[in-house]
Amino acid sequence: MKTSRRDFLKLGLAVSSALVPLPAIAQGAAPRVVVVGGGFAGASCARALRQAEPRIAVTLVEPNATFTACPFSNAVIAGLRELGAQQFTYERVAADGITLVRAAATGVDVAARSVSLADGARLAYDRLVLAPGIDIRWGALAGYDEAAAAQMPHAWRAGEQTLLLRRQLEAMDDGGLVVISAPANPFRCPPGPYERASLIAHYLKTKKPKSKLLVLDAKDAFSKQRLFQAAWAELYPGLLEWVPLSKGGAVTSVDVATRTLVTDFGRHQANVANIIPPQKAGRIADAAGVADRTGWCPIDPVTFESKLQPRIHVIGDAAIAGAMPKSAFAANSQAKTCAAAVATLLTGGTPSTPKLINTCYSLVAPDYGISVAGVYQPSPGGQLADVPGAGGVSPADAPRATRAAEAVLAEAWFRTITAEVFG
Amino acid sequence: MLKFLVAAIGLASIAAAAAASAEPPAGAASCSGCHPASARVASPVPRLAGHDRAAIVRAMQEFRSGQRAGTVMDRIAKGFTDDEIQAIAAWFAAQK
Repeated sequence: MKTSRRDFLKLGLAVSSALVPLPAIAQGAAPRVVVVGGGFAGASCARALRQAEPRIAVTLVEPNATFTACPFSNAVIAGLRELGAQQFTYERVAADGITLVRAAATGVDVAARSVSLADGARLAYDRLVLAPGIDIRWGALAGYDEAAAAQMPHAWRAGEQTLLLRRQLEAMDDGGLVVISAPANPFRCPPGPYERASLIAHYLKTKKPKSKLLVLDAKDAFSKQRLFQAAWAELYPGLLEWVPLSKGGAVTSVDVATRTLVTDFGRHQANVANIIPPQKAGRIADAAGVADRTGWCPIDPVTFESKLQPRIHVIGDAAIAGAMPKSAFAANSQAKTCAAAVATLLTGGTPSTPKLINTCYSLVAPDYGISVAGVYQPSPGGQLADVPGAGGVSPADAPRATRAAEAVLAEAWFRTITAEVFG
Repeated sequence: MLKFLVAAIGLASIAAAAAASAEPPAGAASCSGCHPASARVASPVPRLAGHDRAAIVRAMQEFRSGQRAGTVMDRIAKGFTDDEIQAIAAWFAAQK
């Protein structure tokens, strides 16, 4: 075999670039990743990026000093838990060497690769990760705007709204009518409205047993439906009524002055009304041009890179993640997968095909838990699809001991995931 | 010359393998949603870091076949092949 000096040199070059595969690092500059949004998705991704490749300079942009978690916030509404148990700060995230910027991201200049902040500052990036969660589609339900939410809370972003709904339930006389309006798909936390209905029913049963709870639904089917309905029949007969779309459940407008929910079939005047409204990806997604006409963000299922803009990745509730639900577990799982892919891309590699998992627990009563699980992989069509034969819900015929065990596991899951993300 | 080539290719593939190993094997990144990464978290769900490789493989195979009862692991294990289970087990076993 004859090898010319030139080939020899080329080979040498190839070898050395393989050994130092980070072009920016070779030139002495650390690659910059900006993560927008400090929830389950964003904070997880920032930490996983530092872990995967400590040479990456990671900046986390989040306006709030305290994060208030949505999972288990239904227990706060029902008086079973305090809001403080839902709140986390970013000290440990910063201690990982992540630069925290306490500001709202207002825009993205895709060509210049920079994020602009509310105060006019700009952050340059090599790769951008958007994890903005949800925004409410104000006005999508006639009569429901930000002012209306002060009377008829959505409580779908945890915090003051969670406490407002709880105070309204506590102030209601026994014998009152509570009405929940559940939206059409897709929305954050598919089993959430039904867990909320369950725990409010538990509150009413124990504290105000002459009261009624009506769930008006814009759908005919929902997550863990058979399990919820079986538990409702057992635990809350005559107290909780679910009205599906086909029976006139879709709320078409609300009247704040009279706390009335209007459907095509009638009007329901509530003592306490919880409007879970239509949603879309958080505002920055629109500003960055990564949201499509649905209001959500199409992504590549291997890297979570936007299908609409290069070098911008979208994770968590804002992303269109195929069969994966908009859950905290999914957000954390996507965040770690995205972080590994971004680190690989920045070091000149090709990300490998991932598999992702989701597990969602719901409480039907404080000692009665049910779950849904799934395993996902990219499909030939470019979506995250269910791995056939895997996943599913808790068995329909499980004994009460299993339900109690799942309630304990639900709390353990919350401790574990919040420790990983914020602890 | 051939000797050098082989050595160089060997070196290149070691570098490639090192770059690839930064990524967890398929599925492994999701586990710490329930299995605590930190020893400070109190949970009935076992930590996987530093766990015996063969024990992880056996548990996953038994969950998958239904031989071992689980609450969610029976449903999750069905989504993984033998090779994937081996890779995940090796990855966790190698951690501290």
